[in-house]
Amino acid sequence: MKAIASPDNRNRRTALVMAAVALAMLGLGFAAVPLYRIFCQVTGFGGTTMRVSEAQASSVKVADGHISVRFDANVDRGMGWRFQPQQVTQDMRIGQRKQAFYWAENTSSEPITGVASFNVEPEQAGKYFNKIQCFCFNQQTLQPGQKVDMPVIYYVDPAIADDPEARDIKQITLSYTFHNAAKSTAKALDRADPAR
Amino acid sequence: MATTADQFQAHDDHGHAHHDADHKPAFFARWFMSTNHKDIGTLYLIFAIFAGIIGGGISGIMRLELAHPGIQYLGAIATWMDGKPAEMNDALHLWNVLITAHGLIMVFFLVMPAIIGGFGNWFVPLMIGAPDMAFPRMNNVSFWLTVAGFCSLMTSAFMPGDATGNGAGIGWTAYAPLSTYGSNGPATDFAIFSLHLAGAGSIMGAINFITTIFNMRAPGMTLHKMPLFVWSVLVTAFLLLLALPVLAAAITMLITDRNFGTTFFDASGGGDPVLYQHLFWFFGHPEVYIMILPAFGIVSQIVSTFSKKPVFGYLGMAYAMVAIGVVGFIVWAHHMYTTGLSLNTKMYFTAATMVIAVPTGIKIFSWIATMWGGSIEFKSPMVWAIGFIFLFVLGGVTGVYLANGGIDDVVHDTYFVVAHFHYVLSLGAVTGLFAGFYYWFPKMSGRMHSEFLAHVHFWIFFVGVNLIFFPQHFLGLQGMPRRYPDYAPAYEHWNTLSSWGYAVMGVSMIVWFINIIYSFTMGKKAEGNYWGEGATTLEWTLSSPPPFHQFETLPVIDDKDHH
Repeated sequence: MKAIASPDNRNRRTALVMAAVALAMLGLGFAAVPLYRIFCQVTGFGGTTMRVSEAQASSVKVADGHISVRFDANVDRGMGWRFQPQQVTQDMRIGQRKQAFYWAENTSSEPITGVASFNVEPEQAGKYFNKIQCFCFNQQTLQPGQKVDMPVIYYVDPAIADDPEARDIKQITLSYTFHNAAKSTAKALDRADPAR
Repeated sequence: MATTADQFQAHDDHGHAHHDADHKPAFFARWFMSTNHKDIGTLYLIFAIFAGIIGGGISGIMRLELAHPGIQYLGAIATWMDGKPAEMNDALHLWNVLITAHGLIMVFFLVMPAIIGGFGNWFVPLMIGAPDMAFPRMNNVSFWLTVAGFCSLMTSAFMPGDATGNGAGIGWTAYAPLSTYGSNGPATDFAIFSLHLAGAGSIMGAINFITTIFNMRAPGMTLHKMPLFVWSVLVTAFLLLLALPVLAAAITMLITDRNFGTTFFDASGGGDPVLYQHLFWFFGHPEVYIMILPAFGIVSQIVSTFSKKPVFGYLGMAYAMVAIGVVGFIVWAHHMYTTGLSLNTKMYFTAATMVIAVPTGIKIFSWIATMWGGSIEFKSPMVWAIGFIFLFVLGGVTGVYLANGGIDDVVHDTYFVVAHFHYVLSLGAVTGLFAGFYYWFPKMSGRMHSEFLAHVHFWIFFVGVNLIFFPQHFLGLQGMPRRYPDYAPAYEHWNTLSSWGYAVMGVSMIVWFINIIYSFTMGKKAEGNYWGEGATTLEWTLSSPPPFHQFETLPVIDDKDHH
């Protein structure tokens, strides 16, 4: 009996271990933010599109099937821009590289820097939708009244034909929403950058 | 302030250590600086009843408004609340405030304080033969943090919520972006902060319970001899410990998104509002087991007591609760089927959710098997416990139904879901609470309640709550969405019936209060073990009410003793 630690010490030890468990879960809660972003980037979860380099893209072989892409454009509430796609849809062979254009205009009387968020629908197409170049990779600043064409160069990965969840997809909708970058802090944009 | 309590403790220690004289401190020291698990349990119960009256009153306003199509009453209430003539938008905002307050109060300030803080504090130490909780002062902090959280939530009702009126109209889930840039006023900050406070209190309570149960069991009381109520509180405490910090992280990020320019859940800065839903439901799903598991424990004790048999399949019952707790952490996205999950993800969450029906089925089966061949006495706690089993099975069945991703796409956010979770919580957990109340009230107060009134209470309550919620299944299947104060006239019939059900349920609450008054004024003095031979756990070896300090000589549990 003498070997047993006094009840007070035992209680304190148990309580400290349990408090550590609670703190670890708190930490995990915050760690979920970067973990979730990495998860989305890797798996295309939620329709997150992929970003590829020119070198990666050049090794892709064009496959037999055809697929169509529909373009969607939105502007965050209260942002003084007009933003729209210049084509409704594009048809292409799966794996074929395509360039599409959007068009944006600053309708306000002051310069506005915008940053675009994006995804595709159906969401399971996200991991097969590869962008080589995109206006969404960087922030875009438009002077008052300025109009610009915004290109995106992309292809659909032929691996889509092997995915039972995605191979029946005939059309992918690519959607962008422009947000006013000034609303968010520089730090927040830093966090967002790797995703673009 | 603290010295007063200290002096008392010291005085009591050397003055009366050798016998169990009930030397209680004076009123203020006893109730406001309490470190006694029974007193803190009583405080929790009184607080929960108080909060429950407010939360239940709010649902009364909601049923009144929903009795007929159109907006009849919200405008007048909004005018009274805001102190200026209310427009339609104010009335609609008030509705959001009401559903938010109802949800948060019932979850965090009625069920949790009553079932864990109240019954848990009262009976866990008694049932394991401990003199008190491991950390009596932390116990006190837990309680007052919960009260502070409630005050913060009540304050939010009188703070500007948005352009449209006072109060936080964010739903109990507080989804971003509604809870971030969708609700600019300080009301939302107060509501979120109330969850921080209540959550911190609950985490401390959980640490306290785990330490008490692990380290302070009487000699011979092994883990596998603990009464099932203690097991249920142990599992619940672990769920609290693992789930609440994640909620704390998520709502802290809400606060910083709202006030300090972060964009954790804001797409304009690279965040994702759906991440909030993942975090919330990673907490939210275990939370529903936090509310129901202790009720399982209470029902196990009662069914065993009034069948005069040990509970059937004791180990299976204990580990079924552990299994429910573990699996409960990996099913959260079944609350998010309509956020665009892929087919495979939906299939996983559907299957995992349905797996929970297995341990739950073990429990239902074992309760019935306990009653089978038992010498059953239909005393009021037993009637409430059987009512619990009936209602919980009904809610469980619709739960298996809703677990299917394909079906949920259709009935998501309809009254079918409302009916489902009220069957398991409002009828399940609350019926479990009343079962525990009638089982233990004479033990806690020393006065017998009226069995007649307890039965009347049960039958009126049972009819009332079924009238409220059963028609809501039909409404949901017909497509009536939740969270709206108005609806198409086609839904009027079942809504009117549902509102009448509320009135019936309200009458049963009056019977309950009369019963409480009866027992304190005219109730017979309760013996130590007033339920007789079926009641075998340690709290029945003590007087009713138990002495202020019990088990100064630790009870020794014999090898042959069963649970």
